[in-house]
Amino acid sequence: MSINATLIGQMITFALLVWFTMKYIWPPIMEAMEARKKKIADGLAAAEKGQEDMLLAEKKAKNVLKEVKEQSAEIISLAQKRANEIVEASKGEAKKEGDRLIEAAKAQIAQEMQQAQEGLKKEVSELALNAAEQILQAEIDKAKHKKILEQTAKQLGKA
Amino acid sequence: MSAEGGAQGYIVHHLTPLSVGEGFWTLHLDTLFFSVVLGGLFAWFFKSVADNVTDEVPGFAQNVAETLVEFVDTQVKDSFHGKNDLIAPLSLTIFCWVFLWNLMDLIPVDLLPLIGSLMGMEYLRVVPSTDLNATFALSITVILLTYFYSVKVKGLFGFLKEILCHPFGPWLFPFNLMLRLVEEFAKPVSLGLRLFGNLYAGELLFILIALLPPLIQPALSLPWAIFHILIITLQAFIFMILTIVYLSLACEDH
Repeated sequence: MSINATLIGQMITFALLVWFTMKYIWPPIMEAMEARKKKIADGLAAAEKGQEDMLLAEKKAKNVLKEVKEQSAEIISLAQKRANEIVEASKGEAKKEGDRLIEAAKAQIAQEMQQAQEGLKKEVSELALNAAEQILQAEIDKAKHKKILEQTAKQLGKA
Repeated sequence: MSAEGGAQGYIVHHLTPLSVGEGFWTLHLDTLFFSVVLGGLFAWFFKSVADNVTDEVPGFAQNVAETLVEFVDTQVKDSFHGKNDLIAPLSLTIFCWVFLWNLMDLIPVDLLPLIGSLMGMEYLRVVPSTDLNATFALSITVILLTYFYSVKVKGLFGFLKEILCHPFGPWLFPFNLMLRLVEEFAKPVSLGLRLFGNLYAGELLFILIALLPPLIQPALSLPWAIFHILIITLQAFIFMILTIVYLSLACEDH
């Protein structure tokens, strides 16, 4: 347990080891750690910036969305208005068309009625004439009374 | 190992170094061998990390090395407020080297001496920090460095003035000088003896436990080994911290 030359050997070993550490070990490791520190700091800054950008974009998107909503509401109301107009217009047109159809039907009915009336009148007058002819066959000279008969027929046709 | 020489013989055998030479020129081969091997292990590990160092995602080895480097760097920056390229690498070397020395204490006490005896070595003491030469080599180097930096930072005159005029002023310089001498003597001795004492006592306890019946041994050696993990780390840490403190004192102007 005595101090001896081992001490000197140990001191030399120690000095060499410290020199080695100082020269080849400490600087590169320290450098890498600093570099990584910087990288991490940069990364964190970038992340923060990204987050800020995202918030900004979100805000922008919200605004755009709001604008779009307003626009769409406007468009919808416009469309509704237009649709109402169209409905109204078509309603009016339909009514007109209906009226026209009714008018036409009425006119046709009137016409047909007139035709029927006329046909009836003609038939009646013919019947009457026939009857009168049959009744008066013997006594009335056709040529003699032709004028009267024609007049009567005319009157019947007018009625 | 048989207890042929009795318990005392066993203990003495375990604490005797393998040495060559006579008198002062004795060399403790085991101390030198193991400290060089462990120093080489330390240098190899950190060098291989430093060669493949990357500032991208680090691997396991780099993570370990960086944790140690950062730990030491923090300690140095906490106590030392100047620019010095030596102190931090010195502290890292001391911490790792002493830790590896102390770690040898956890290898079963008979294992390496048994292998050594098979190779024809009569004695083998595997823990370098149980050799005063090893611990004093560190502490004396550290104290010499404090002188070097004292002179370098304050100048020779400033250093002498500090020795003679503190703490009682220039008129009481003999007392100042005496106090300083005691202090300068106490520094390396306490630094070296603290590490030596702790590890020597630890080793002795392991040896004593190894003398007990085999079935009782684990019950004692396990808790002591676990407790020793704390001690060996703590002693390495204390040695490093005191080194930093002494050097920063040397580098600071009063």
